[in-house]
Amino acid sequence: MIEVKNINKSFGEKQILKDVSISFIRGKINLIIGASGSGKSVLTKCIVGLHEVDSGNVSYDGREFGGMNFSQRKEVRKEIGMLFQGSALFDSLTVEENVRFPLEMYTKKSDAEILERVNFCLNRVQLDNVNHLYPAELSGGMQKRVGIARAIALNPKYLFCDEPNSGLDPQTGIVIDNLIKEITHEYNITTIVITHDMNSVMETGENITFIYKGEKWWQGNKEEILKEDNKELCDFVYASKIMRKFREV
Amino acid sequence: MLKALHHIGKYFILLGRVFKKPDNFKLYGRQIINEMASLGLGSLGLISIISLFMGAVVTIQTVAAIDSPLIPLYTVGYATRQSFILELAPTIMCLILAGKIGSNISSEIGTMRITEQIDALEIMGVNSASYLISPKITAALVTIPIIVIYSMFLGVFGGWLVGAYSSSLSAEDYLYGLRWDFKTFHVIYALFKTLFFAFIITSIPSYHGYYTRGGALEIGKSSTKSVVYSSITILVVNYILTQLLLL
Ligand SMILES: Nc1ncnc2c1ncn2[C@@H]1O[C@H](COP(=O)(O)OP(=O)(O)O)[C@@H](O)[C@H]1O
Ligand SMILES: [Mg+2]
Repeated sequence: MIEVKNINKSFGEKQILKDVSISFIRGKINLIIGASGSGKSVLTKCIVGLHEVDSGNVSYDGREFGGMNFSQRKEVRKEIGMLFQGSALFDSLTVEENVRFPLEMYTKKSDAEILERVNFCLNRVQLDNVNHLYPAELSGGMQKRVGIARAIALNPKYLFCDEPNSGLDPQTGIVIDNLIKEITHEYNITTIVITHDMNSVMETGENITFIYKGEKWWQGNKEEILKEDNKELCDFVYASKIMRKFREV
Repeated sequence: MLKALHHIGKYFILLGRVFKKPDNFKLYGRQIINEMASLGLGSLGLISIISLFMGAVVTIQTVAAIDSPLIPLYTVGYATRQSFILELAPTIMCLILAGKIGSNISSEIGTMRITEQIDALEIMGVNSASYLISPKITAALVTIPIIVIYSMFLGVFGGWLVGAYSSSLSAEDYLYGLRWDFKTFHVIYALFKTLFFAFIITSIPSYHGYYTRGGALEIGKSSTKSVVYSSITILVVNYILTQLLLL
């Protein structure tokens, strides 16, 4: 469980996050939804400490992140896996070396054991025979899968995914969504997924937080979201015709 | 002015992070070897061509400048050697490398920044500044002095080719001049300043790359900035060191 309490974040004069408090539940997909530029990525980066918050606190299963020193934070970070919006694979390394990276950095395993783990992770995301390709040689969907494989290499307790299916065709997007869902339930991970894709909201929404202009506007699950009357939320959810039809039914 | 101070402060804070103890020596070692290979082998061709031609041209110019029979022809060899050891090999080659290596480093690290690869390192708990930058600096401190020594030899060799194949100068005169009044201290001075330049060439572009923000356009801007600032810094440091060491 990750608890975010009253965090504020500004860049210069511009306040991006306003007093956001959210709880993310273990073993569930916790969704953060909202329009582009509403501050979703900044929020996740504040949670994992890539941005320093101006005020407020984040705690990982009771461990307060804000008060930690560098090496304590490092211990927590080893338990975090993150899939970035653009995959963020190291483009000078092959697929295998990408997944190897965290294992070589932090485990004292032998080469054979590391390779076994790498192949296990790649297998888990249904990628075979791509070990020696470079990220630039892969399709967007495959890059995302390598990103997931790298994120789960160290058996994380917490998994963050920033728009995992953006830039993918709907079918591949669903494959990625399902993969994240399976992995979350299989390993009982606290997973946080950012998305603005209503498809995946309706597929995976167990605990949904709607961010509007840097504020937490609404929280609930996918059944509740359809009954909601809040104007800003409805504007977001029913932006597409198909969702409006869905509501009428 | 205030902005310049801000950048200088931020640069030194970054250097502070760069020289923290590495998390994993094996991985760093591998990075250093990779960087040395790409720095060294990647620059060898360019440096060879430039050194040979500059050596030849400096020699021809000196021959052409000597029109009094009172000045012995071996002065030519002496002049070529001195200009290469003191200035052309260390300073000019490093300025050229600042363009080549500098823009390379800055765009490489800048790309890693805007595609969130640096964030990915940080999230794994890796000190990204140290992991990305310190192997480059270490590799440069080892490789660039070797490149500079190589350039000294090739420059002088370029001059010798002129001597051997022209009528106005003989190879013997040239070779005599090369050995005339040789001071080891000059080579030490050259290598000493090369170490400073190697540090500048890698650390300033790393700084600009590391703090790139935005998109592809900004990567281009950072790489231009890093070449300009590292060149200026080389020239200023060159002046200061020369003043301190040679006078
Ligand atoms: N490093 C930064 N410096 C300044 N402004 C930033 C930075 N990162 C994001 N922003 C601003 O924060 C706002 C929210 O961005 P972001 O969280 O990326 O939106 P999204 O919800 O689409 O992920 C945007 O207006 C963006 O310009
Ligand atoms: Mg975003």
